[in-house]
Amino acid sequence: MEKIPILRMGSLLLVTIQVDLYDRLAENLEADLVQTINKTGAKGVLIDISAVSIIDSFMGRIIGNIATMSKILDAETVVVGMQPAVAITLVELGLPLKGVLSALNVEKGIELLTRKIADDKEPEDADDGDSE
Amino acid sequence: MTITREVDVIPFRNRLKEYAVKVGMSLVNQTKIITAASELARNMLKYAGGGNAVIEVISKGRENGIKLIFIDKGPGIPDVKLAMKDGFSTGKSLGLGLPGTKRLVSEFDIQSEVGKGTTVTVIKWKNG
Repeated sequence: MEKIPILRMGSLLLVTIQVDLYDRLAENLEADLVQTINKTGAKGVLIDISAVSIIDSFMGRIIGNIATMSKILDAETVVVGMQPAVAITLVELGLPLKGVLSALNVEKGIELLTRKIADDKEPEDADDGDSE
Repeated sequence: MTITREVDVIPFRNRLKEYAVKVGMSLVNQTKIITAASELARNMLKYAGGGNAVIEVISKGRENGIKLIFIDKGPGIPDVKLAMKDGFSTGKSLGLGLPGTKRLVSEFDIQSEVGKGTTVTVIKWKNG
């Protein structure tokens, strides 16, 4: 059975989708990823979809689900490397992937995640500044 | 091509991609028709347990295009108008499948008879 590997890099999880997605594979990834976040206490998930040429409503929904579930488990999700044609198709399909963070490439994605995680760590300091 | 399992959709998508490239479609239009096909194939699997998909290269004047026909012998759709509405779904999905697909292709036709099955025909012109 095919499986999409989930790599751990410090407090981040890295997923690179290199194969053509079909529904079952995407559903399994969703379940695996949520379990891995739970097990490792990861704070961020980076999904690289630069090799994915087709995202339809089902896979789009799975990506949205992953982002929402991670959020509940206190982890941020960033989707990186979406092909322009895929972005155009998703919006016309009516699935703008609201609530999913995205970045142009892996490097920028990691930057964004690191910043997000750092921001989350100091909410108290921010409160002190505002309460004057 | 017969589509009875989820994994059958992948070779079908690849075959369609070959045709789309042969016709000379832009990458964006290739992506649109393949995404549309993926939606329709899923519908066929989910609601009718599978069916047949036909790929044809067609031309009108100087314009080339691809015609896809999805034929299933499933339960049929009682209210096609309602099924074409954004956000309507009898399954547990977003209800984007049919209306979204219609937006991705040039021409869209659906014929359905309750108890007999559903036939969906879509056309994507090379520059459409």
